[in-house]
Amino acid sequence: MSKLKPQKEYEKTVAFHFFRWLSGQKDPYLGEVEMLPQKEREIPKATILERMTEKQMIRDKVFDVENNKGIRAFRKVYVVSAILFCIILTGLLLYTVSYLPRTGNYANPDNNVVSQRYIEKGLQETGALNIVSGMILTYRAFDTFGETNVLFIATCCVMILLMVDDAILKKQEVKNDRRFEPKNDMILQGTAFALCPIIFIFGIYVILNGHLSPGGGFSGGAILGAGLILYVSAFGFKKTQKFFNEHIYKVAKITALCMYGIIGSYFYITGANGVDNHIPLGLPGHILSGGIILPIDICVGLEVACTMYAFYALFRRGGL
Amino acid sequence: MKLFQMILMVFLVVCAISVSFSKNLLNSILIYMSYSLVMSVIWVCLQSPDLAITEAAVGAGVTSILFFATLKKIHAIQIERGKDERAGLTEGIPEASGGGQKEASCDEQA
Repeated sequence: MSKLKPQKEYEKTVAFHFFRWLSGQKDPYLGEVEMLPQKEREIPKATILERMTEKQMIRDKVFDVENNKGIRAFRKVYVVSAILFCIILTGLLLYTVSYLPRTGNYANPDNNVVSQRYIEKGLQETGALNIVSGMILTYRAFDTFGETNVLFIATCCVMILLMVDDAILKKQEVKNDRRFEPKNDMILQGTAFALCPIIFIFGIYVILNGHLSPGGGFSGGAILGAGLILYVSAFGFKKTQKFFNEHIYKVAKITALCMYGIIGSYFYITGANGVDNHIPLGLPGHILSGGIILPIDICVGLEVACTMYAFYALFRRGGL
Repeated sequence: MKLFQMILMVFLVVCAISVSFSKNLLNSILIYMSYSLVMSVIWVCLQSPDLAITEAAVGAGVTSILFFATLKKIHAIQIERGKDERAGLTEGIPEASGGGQKEASCDEQA
Protein backbone atom coordinates (compact mmCIF):
# COMPACT_ATOMS: atom_id res chain seq x y z
CA MET A 1 0.00 0.00 0.00
CA SER A 2 1.38 3.33 -1.01
CA LYS A 3 0.60 6.44 0.97
CA LEU A 4 -0.92 9.51 -0.60
CA LYS A 5 1.52 12.40 -0.49
CA PRO A 6 0.35 15.62 1.14
CA GLN A 7 -0.42 18.42 -1.34
CA LYS A 8 2.47 20.68 -0.28
CA GLU A 9 5.05 17.96 -0.71
CA TYR A 10 3.58 16.96 -4.03
CA GLU A 11 3.83 20.51 -5.37
CA LYS A 12 7.62 20.38 -5.06
CA THR A 13 8.03 17.28 -7.24
CA VAL A 14 8.97 17.27 -10.91
CA ALA A 15 5.83 15.38 -11.87
CA PHE A 16 3.58 18.14 -10.55
CA HIS A 17 5.44 20.80 -12.59
CA PHE A 18 5.45 18.61 -15.65
CA PHE A 19 1.71 17.89 -15.55
CA ARG A 20 0.96 21.54 -14.82
CA TRP A 21 2.98 22.50 -17.89
CA LEU A 22 1.36 19.71 -19.91
CA SER A 23 -2.18 20.83 -19.14
CA GLY A 24 -1.24 24.44 -19.97
CA GLN A 25 -2.05 25.90 -16.56
CA LYS A 26 1.25 27.68 -16.23
CA ASP A 27 3.89 28.60 -18.77
CA PRO A 28 7.31 28.38 -17.10
CA TYR A 29 8.71 31.16 -19.32
CA LEU A 30 5.87 33.63 -18.89
CA GLY A 31 6.86 36.37 -16.47
CA GLU A 32 10.27 34.78 -15.79
CA VAL A 33 12.15 35.40 -19.01
CA GLU A 34 12.45 38.89 -20.38
CA MET A 35 10.65 39.27 -23.67
CA LEU A 36 10.38 42.31 -25.93
CA PRO A 37 7.00 43.01 -27.45
CA GLN A 38 7.05 42.66 -31.23
CA LYS A 39 6.80 45.81 -33.27
CA GLU A 40 4.05 46.09 -35.82
CA ARG A 41 5.38 46.28 -39.34
CA GLU A 42 4.69 49.60 -40.98
CA ILE A 43 4.40 50.09 -44.70
CA PRO A 44 4.68 53.68 -45.90
CA LYS A 45 1.87 54.89 -48.12
CA ALA A 46 4.19 55.84 -50.96
CA THR A 47 5.38 52.26 -51.49
CA ILE A 48 1.80 50.99 -51.51
CA LEU A 49 0.86 53.54 -54.16
CA GLU A 50 3.95 52.66 -56.18
CA ARG A 51 3.10 48.99 -56.03
CA MET A 52 -0.50 49.63 -57.04
CA THR A 53 0.49 51.69 -60.08
CA GLU A 54 3.02 49.07 -61.10
CA LYS A 55 0.39 46.34 -60.82
CA GLN A 56 -2.07 48.41 -62.84
CA MET A 57 0.51 49.01 -65.55
CA ILE A 58 1.31 45.32 -65.80
CA ARG A 59 -2.37 44.47 -65.88
CA ASP A 60 -3.04 47.00 -68.64
CA LYS A 61 -0.18 45.64 -70.64
CA VAL A 62 -1.16 41.98 -70.22
CA PHE A 63 -4.88 42.35 -70.78
CA ASP A 64 -4.57 44.71 -73.73
CA VAL A 65 -5.58 41.98 -76.13
CA GLU A 66 -6.08 44.07 -79.27
CA ASN A 67 -2.60 45.57 -79.33
CA ASN A 68 -0.66 42.69 -77.84
CA LYS A 69 0.45 40.40 -80.63
CA GLY A 70 1.97 37.83 -78.29
CA ILE A 71 -1.33 37.14 -76.51
CA ARG A 72 -3.24 36.71 -79.75
CA ALA A 73 -0.63 34.33 -81.11
CA PHE A 74 -0.59 32.41 -77.82
CA ARG A 75 -4.35 32.02 -77.85
CA LYS A 76 -4.34 30.66 -81.38
CA VAL A 77 -1.54 28.21 -80.56
CA TYR A 78 -3.38 27.23 -77.38
CA VAL A 79 -6.58 26.34 -79.24
CA VAL A 80 -4.73 24.43 -81.96
CA SER A 81 -2.57 22.49 -79.49
CA ALA A 82 -5.58 21.63 -77.34
CA ILE A 83 -7.44 20.18 -80.32
CA LEU A 84 -4.32 18.32 -81.46
CA PHE A 85 -3.78 16.88 -77.97
CA CYS A 86 -7.39 15.68 -77.79
CA ILE A 87 -7.17 14.04 -81.24
CA ILE A 88 -3.88 12.31 -80.39
CA LEU A 89 -5.24 11.06 -77.06
CA THR A 90 -8.43 9.75 -78.70
CA GLY A 91 -6.39 8.02 -81.42
CA LEU A 92 -4.09 6.44 -78.87
CA LEU A 93 -6.99 5.08 -76.83
CA LEU A 94 -8.80 3.76 -79.91
CA TYR A 95 -5.57 2.11 -81.08
CA THR A 96 -5.32 0.36 -77.71
CA VAL A 97 -8.97 -0.67 -77.82
CA SER A 98 -8.45 -2.33 -81.20
CA TYR A 99 -6.04 -4.77 -79.54
CA LEU A 100 -8.60 -5.90 -76.95
CA PRO A 101 -10.12 -9.37 -77.49
CA ARG A 102 -13.57 -9.59 -79.04
CA THR A 103 -16.53 -9.63 -76.66
CA GLY A 104 -18.10 -13.03 -76.09
CA ASN A 105 -15.02 -14.96 -77.17
CA TYR A 106 -14.64 -18.17 -75.22
CA ALA A 107 -10.89 -17.77 -74.65
CA ASN A 108 -11.23 -14.30 -73.10
CA PRO A 109 -9.56 -13.76 -69.73
CA ASP A 110 -12.87 -12.69 -68.14
CA ASN A 111 -14.33 -16.09 -68.98
CA ASN A 112 -12.75 -17.91 -66.07
CA VAL A 113 -13.72 -20.14 -63.18
CA VAL A 114 -14.37 -17.36 -60.66
CA SER A 115 -17.56 -15.89 -62.14
CA GLN A 116 -18.93 -19.36 -62.84
CA ARG A 117 -18.35 -20.35 -59.25
CA TYR A 118 -20.02 -17.16 -57.96
CA ILE A 119 -23.09 -17.75 -60.12
CA GLU A 120 -23.43 -21.48 -59.48
CA LYS A 121 -22.51 -21.77 -55.80
CA GLY A 122 -23.18 -18.20 -54.61
CA LEU A 123 -26.63 -18.89 -53.19
CA GLN A 124 -25.50 -22.08 -51.50
CA GLU A 125 -22.37 -20.61 -49.93
CA THR A 126 -23.54 -17.12 -48.92
CA GLY A 127 -27.27 -17.61 -48.46
CA ALA A 128 -28.05 -14.32 -50.23
CA LEU A 129 -30.60 -14.01 -53.04
CA ASN A 130 -28.92 -10.81 -54.25
CA ILE A 131 -25.78 -12.26 -55.75
CA VAL A 132 -24.00 -8.90 -56.02
CA SER A 133 -24.42 -8.27 -52.30
CA GLY A 134 -23.37 -11.81 -51.52
CA MET A 135 -20.27 -11.41 -53.66
CA ILE A 136 -19.01 -8.06 -52.37
CA LEU A 137 -19.76 -8.77 -48.70
CA THR A 138 -18.56 -12.34 -48.33
CA TYR A 139 -16.17 -13.37 -51.10
CA ARG A 140 -14.75 -9.87 -51.34
CA ALA A 141 -15.43 -8.53 -47.85
CA PHE A 142 -11.82 -7.43 -47.53
CA ASP A 143 -12.17 -5.04 -50.52
CA THR A 144 -15.33 -3.56 -49.06
CA PHE A 145 -13.59 -3.11 -45.71
CA GLY A 146 -10.91 -1.08 -47.50
CA GLU A 147 -13.59 1.05 -49.17
CA THR A 148 -15.25 1.73 -45.82
CA ASN A 149 -11.88 2.78 -44.43
CA VAL A 150 -11.44 5.14 -47.39
CA LEU A 151 -14.76 6.80 -46.52
CA PHE A 152 -13.66 7.17 -42.90
CA ILE A 153 -10.31 8.70 -43.84
CA ALA A 154 -11.97 11.01 -46.39
CA THR A 155 -14.23 12.50 -43.70
CA CYS A 156 -11.25 12.88 -41.39
CA CYS A 157 -9.39 14.84 -44.08
CA VAL A 158 -12.40 17.07 -44.81
CA MET A 159 -12.70 17.70 -41.06
CA ILE A 160 -9.04 18.70 -40.84
CA LEU A 161 -9.46 21.09 -43.75
CA LEU A 162 -12.88 22.62 -43.08
CA MET A 163 -13.69 22.24 -39.37
CA VAL A 164 -14.16 25.60 -37.64
CA ASP A 165 -13.65 26.20 -33.95
CA ASP A 166 -16.85 25.94 -31.93
CA ALA A 167 -16.52 29.40 -30.34
CA ILE A 168 -16.14 31.11 -33.73
CA LEU A 169 -19.11 29.15 -35.06
CA LYS A 170 -21.34 30.33 -32.24
CA LYS A 171 -20.24 33.94 -32.66
CA GLN A 172 -21.03 33.88 -36.37
CA GLU A 173 -24.43 32.35 -35.72
CA VAL A 174 -25.38 35.17 -33.39
CA LYS A 175 -24.10 37.77 -35.82
CA ASN A 176 -25.99 36.48 -38.82
CA ASP A 177 -28.31 33.57 -38.23
CA ARG A 178 -29.39 33.32 -41.88
CA ARG A 179 -25.86 32.52 -42.91
CA PHE A 180 -26.14 28.76 -43.10
CA GLU A 181 -29.61 27.89 -44.25
CA PRO A 182 -32.90 29.45 -45.24
CA LYS A 183 -35.29 30.03 -42.40
CA ASN A 184 -38.97 29.22 -42.75
CA ASP A 185 -38.96 28.53 -46.48
CA MET A 186 -42.54 27.31 -46.96
CA ILE A 187 -42.00 25.25 -50.11
CA LEU A 188 -38.82 23.58 -48.87
CA GLN A 189 -40.25 22.79 -45.44
CA GLY A 190 -43.50 21.43 -46.84
CA THR A 191 -41.65 19.18 -49.28
CA ALA A 192 -39.25 17.98 -46.61
CA PHE A 193 -42.12 17.35 -44.19
CA ALA A 194 -43.76 15.03 -46.72
CA LEU A 195 -40.64 13.42 -48.19
CA CYS A 196 -38.21 12.95 -45.29
CA PRO A 197 -40.03 10.07 -43.53
CA ILE A 198 -40.46 8.23 -46.84
CA ILE A 199 -36.80 8.70 -47.73
CA PHE A 200 -35.62 7.52 -44.32
CA ILE A 201 -37.88 4.44 -44.39
CA PHE A 202 -36.80 3.61 -47.94
CA GLY A 203 -33.13 3.93 -46.96
CA ILE A 204 -33.59 1.63 -43.97
CA TYR A 205 -35.52 -0.83 -46.18
CA VAL A 206 -32.74 -0.90 -48.74
CA ILE A 207 -30.11 -1.51 -46.05
CA LEU A 208 -32.04 -4.26 -44.26
CA ASN A 209 -33.00 -6.02 -47.49
CA GLY A 210 -29.50 -5.83 -48.96
CA HIS A 211 -29.25 -9.62 -49.26
CA LEU A 212 -32.75 -10.08 -50.71
CA SER A 213 -33.42 -7.20 -53.09
CA PRO A 214 -31.31 -4.72 -55.10
CA GLY A 215 -29.30 -2.31 -53.04
CA GLY A 216 -27.27 -2.88 -49.95
CA GLY A 217 -25.23 -0.95 -47.47
CA PHE A 218 -23.78 1.67 -49.76
CA SER A 219 -27.00 2.51 -51.65
CA GLY A 220 -29.13 2.58 -48.51
CA GLY A 221 -26.58 4.69 -46.66
CA ALA A 222 -26.45 7.17 -49.54
CA ILE A 223 -30.26 7.44 -49.48
CA LEU A 224 -30.25 7.98 -45.71
CA GLY A 225 -27.53 10.62 -46.05
CA ALA A 226 -29.47 12.41 -48.79
CA GLY A 227 -32.56 12.41 -46.55
CA LEU A 228 -30.55 13.89 -43.68
CA ILE A 229 -29.23 16.61 -45.99
CA LEU A 230 -32.79 17.45 -47.10
CA TYR A 231 -33.87 17.65 -43.45
CA VAL A 232 -30.96 19.93 -42.54
CA SER A 233 -31.48 22.30 -45.45
CA ALA A 234 -35.20 22.59 -44.62
CA PHE A 235 -35.26 22.79 -40.83
CA GLY A 236 -31.78 23.98 -39.92
CA PHE A 237 -28.89 22.64 -37.92
CA LYS A 238 -30.43 23.33 -34.53
CA LYS A 239 -33.34 20.93 -35.06
CA THR A 240 -31.09 18.30 -36.61
CA GLN A 241 -28.72 18.42 -33.67
CA LYS A 242 -31.55 17.17 -31.44
CA PHE A 243 -31.24 13.71 -32.96
CA PHE A 244 -27.94 13.79 -34.85
CA ASN A 245 -25.16 15.76 -33.16
CA GLU A 246 -21.41 15.37 -33.17
CA HIS A 247 -21.42 12.87 -30.28
CA ILE A 248 -23.89 10.52 -31.99
CA TYR A 249 -21.98 10.95 -35.25
CA LYS A 250 -18.71 9.87 -33.62
CA VAL A 251 -20.27 6.93 -31.80
CA ALA A 252 -22.14 5.67 -34.89
CA LYS A 253 -19.21 6.01 -37.23
CA ILE A 254 -16.53 4.44 -35.05
CA THR A 255 -18.83 1.67 -33.79
CA ALA A 256 -19.81 0.78 -37.35
CA LEU A 257 -16.20 0.59 -38.53
CA CYS A 258 -15.09 -1.42 -35.49
CA MET A 259 -18.02 -3.84 -35.81
CA TYR A 260 -17.19 -4.40 -39.46
CA GLY A 261 -13.56 -4.97 -38.52
CA ILE A 262 -14.43 -7.49 -35.81
CA ILE A 263 -16.99 -9.45 -37.86
CA GLY A 264 -14.80 -9.30 -40.94
CA SER A 265 -11.59 -10.40 -39.22
CA TYR A 266 -13.35 -13.35 -37.60
CA PHE A 267 -14.64 -14.30 -41.04
CA TYR A 268 -11.24 -13.91 -42.76
CA ILE A 269 -9.30 -15.78 -40.10
CA THR A 270 -11.66 -18.76 -40.03
CA GLY A 271 -11.88 -18.76 -43.83
CA ALA A 272 -8.13 -18.50 -44.37
CA ASN A 273 -7.41 -21.40 -42.01
CA GLY A 274 -10.16 -23.59 -43.40
CA VAL A 275 -12.09 -23.69 -40.13
CA ASP A 276 -15.88 -23.77 -39.98
CA ASN A 277 -17.06 -20.34 -38.84
CA HIS A 278 -20.37 -21.47 -37.24
CA ILE A 279 -22.33 -18.55 -38.69
CA PRO A 280 -25.84 -19.84 -39.54
CA LEU A 281 -26.76 -19.04 -43.14
CA GLY A 282 -30.52 -19.33 -42.61
CA LEU A 283 -33.15 -20.05 -45.21
CA PRO A 284 -32.61 -18.03 -48.42
CA GLY A 285 -35.34 -15.44 -48.82
CA HIS A 286 -35.91 -14.83 -45.13
CA ILE A 287 -34.91 -11.52 -43.59
CA LEU A 288 -32.62 -13.22 -41.05
CA SER A 289 -30.42 -15.06 -43.50
CA GLY A 290 -27.18 -14.65 -45.38
CA GLY A 291 -24.81 -15.01 -42.45
CA ILE A 292 -22.60 -11.94 -42.04
CA ILE A 293 -24.20 -9.97 -44.88
CA LEU A 294 -26.96 -8.31 -42.83
CA PRO A 295 -24.78 -6.97 -39.94
CA ILE A 296 -22.09 -5.80 -42.37
CA ASP A 297 -24.75 -4.08 -44.49
CA ILE A 298 -25.96 -2.18 -41.45
CA CYS A 299 -22.39 -1.15 -40.57
CA VAL A 300 -21.62 0.06 -44.10
CA GLY A 301 -24.97 1.88 -44.29
CA LEU A 302 -24.32 3.78 -41.05
CA GLU A 303 -20.82 4.67 -42.20
CA VAL A 304 -21.96 5.98 -45.59
CA ALA A 305 -24.92 7.93 -44.16
CA CYS A 306 -22.63 9.61 -41.60
CA THR A 307 -20.08 10.41 -44.33
CA MET A 308 -22.65 12.03 -46.62
CA TYR A 309 -24.14 14.14 -43.86
CA ALA A 310 -20.72 15.12 -42.51
CA PHE A 311 -19.55 16.25 -45.96
CA TYR A 312 -22.57 18.51 -46.36
CA ALA A 313 -22.42 19.92 -42.82
CA LEU A 314 -18.68 20.61 -43.05
CA PHE A 315 -18.99 22.24 -46.48
CA ARG A 316 -21.88 24.38 -45.41
CA ARG A 317 -21.08 25.33 -41.86
CA GLY A 318 -17.69 24.03 -40.82
CA GLY A 319 -19.06 21.85 -38.04
CA LEU A 320 -21.49 19.08 -37.40
CA MET B 1 -37.06 -0.47 -75.76
CA LYS B 2 -34.00 -0.22 -77.98
CA LEU B 3 -35.21 3.13 -79.36
CA PHE B 4 -35.81 4.40 -75.82
CA GLN B 5 -32.26 3.46 -74.85
CA MET B 6 -30.86 5.13 -77.97
CA ILE B 7 -32.69 8.36 -77.12
CA LEU B 8 -31.28 8.25 -73.57
CA MET B 9 -27.75 7.62 -74.88
CA VAL B 10 -28.01 10.59 -77.26
CA PHE B 11 -29.24 12.69 -74.35
CA LEU B 12 -26.17 11.62 -72.34
CA VAL B 13 -23.80 12.70 -75.11
CA VAL B 14 -25.59 16.04 -75.51
CA CYS B 15 -25.42 16.59 -71.75
CA ALA B 16 -21.72 15.73 -71.56
CA ILE B 17 -20.87 18.15 -74.34
CA SER B 18 -23.05 20.96 -73.06
CA VAL B 19 -21.55 20.72 -69.56
CA SER B 20 -18.14 21.60 -70.89
CA PHE B 21 -19.44 24.41 -73.11
CA SER B 22 -21.71 26.04 -70.53
CA LYS B 23 -20.38 29.38 -69.27
CA ASN B 24 -22.53 29.51 -66.16
CA LEU B 25 -21.31 27.20 -63.41
CA LEU B 26 -24.79 26.81 -61.92
CA ASN B 27 -26.18 25.67 -65.28
CA SER B 28 -23.41 23.14 -65.75
CA ILE B 29 -24.18 21.60 -62.35
CA LEU B 30 -27.86 21.33 -63.26
CA ILE B 31 -26.96 19.66 -66.55
CA TYR B 32 -24.64 17.30 -64.69
CA MET B 33 -27.52 16.45 -62.35
CA SER B 34 -29.79 15.53 -65.25
CA TYR B 35 -26.94 13.48 -66.74
CA SER B 36 -26.80 11.42 -63.54
CA LEU B 37 -30.56 10.96 -63.49
CA VAL B 38 -30.64 9.68 -67.08
CA MET B 39 -27.66 7.47 -66.30
CA SER B 40 -29.62 5.87 -63.45
CA VAL B 41 -32.50 5.13 -65.87
CA ILE B 42 -29.98 3.51 -68.21
CA TRP B 43 -28.66 1.37 -65.36
CA VAL B 44 -32.21 0.09 -64.82
CA CYS B 45 -32.44 -0.72 -68.55
CA LEU B 46 -29.14 -2.62 -68.28
CA GLN B 47 -30.65 -4.68 -65.45
CA SER B 48 -28.48 -3.42 -62.60
CA PRO B 49 -30.87 -1.74 -60.15
CA ASP B 50 -28.19 -1.66 -57.42
CA LEU B 51 -26.16 0.81 -59.42
CA ALA B 52 -29.29 2.74 -60.39
CA ILE B 53 -30.18 3.39 -56.74
CA THR B 54 -26.63 4.46 -55.91
CA GLU B 55 -26.35 6.66 -59.00
CA ALA B 56 -29.63 8.43 -58.23
CA ALA B 57 -28.70 9.02 -54.59
CA VAL B 58 -25.04 9.94 -54.99
CA GLY B 59 -24.72 11.32 -58.52
CA ALA B 60 -27.97 13.23 -58.81
CA GLY B 61 -28.41 14.02 -55.13
CA VAL B 62 -25.45 14.39 -52.84
CA THR B 63 -22.66 15.32 -55.28
CA SER B 64 -24.59 18.16 -56.87
CA ILE B 65 -25.63 19.48 -53.47
CA LEU B 66 -21.97 19.50 -52.46
CA PHE B 67 -21.21 21.41 -55.68
CA PHE B 68 -23.93 23.93 -54.84
CA ALA B 69 -22.54 24.38 -51.32
CA THR B 70 -19.06 24.95 -52.77
CA LEU B 71 -20.37 27.47 -55.31
CA LYS B 72 -22.08 29.36 -52.53
CA LYS B 73 -18.91 29.32 -50.47
CA ILE B 74 -16.81 30.85 -53.25
CA HIS B 75 -19.60 33.36 -54.03
CA ALA B 76 -20.10 32.04 -57.56
CA ILE B 77 -23.91 32.08 -57.23
CA GLN B 78 -24.81 35.70 -57.75
CA ILE B 79 -27.89 37.22 -56.23
CA GLU B 80 -29.86 40.08 -57.70
CA ARG B 81 -29.80 42.17 -54.58
CA GLY B 82 -31.44 45.35 -55.79
CA LYS B 83 -34.43 43.52 -57.21
CA ASP B 84 -35.17 41.73 -53.95
CA GLU B 85 -34.89 44.86 -51.85
CA ARG B 86 -37.20 46.74 -54.16
CA ALA B 87 -39.86 44.08 -53.85
CA GLY B 88 -39.46 44.06 -50.07
CA LEU B 89 -38.80 40.34 -50.00
CA THR B 90 -35.56 40.47 -48.02
CA GLU B 91 -37.16 38.68 -45.09
CA GLY B 92 -37.93 35.45 -46.89
CA ILE B 93 -34.88 35.12 -49.10
CA PRO B 94 -31.87 33.66 -47.36
CA GLU B 95 -29.06 35.10 -49.39
CA ALA B 96 -30.46 38.60 -49.72
CA SER B 97 -29.80 39.60 -46.13
CA GLY B 98 -26.36 38.11 -45.71
CA GLY B 99 -24.96 37.69 -49.20
CA GLY B 100 -22.08 39.40 -50.93
CA GLN B 101 -19.79 41.68 -49.03
CA LYS B 102 -21.25 41.14 -45.58
CA GLU B 103 -20.55 37.44 -45.75
CA ALA B 104 -17.08 38.05 -47.10
CA SER B 105 -16.25 40.32 -44.15
CA CYS B 106 -17.53 37.60 -41.81
CA ASP B 107 -15.16 35.13 -43.40
CA GLU B 108 -12.20 37.44 -42.98
CA GLN B 109 -12.88 37.81 -39.30
CA ALA B 110 -13.00 34.08 -38.85
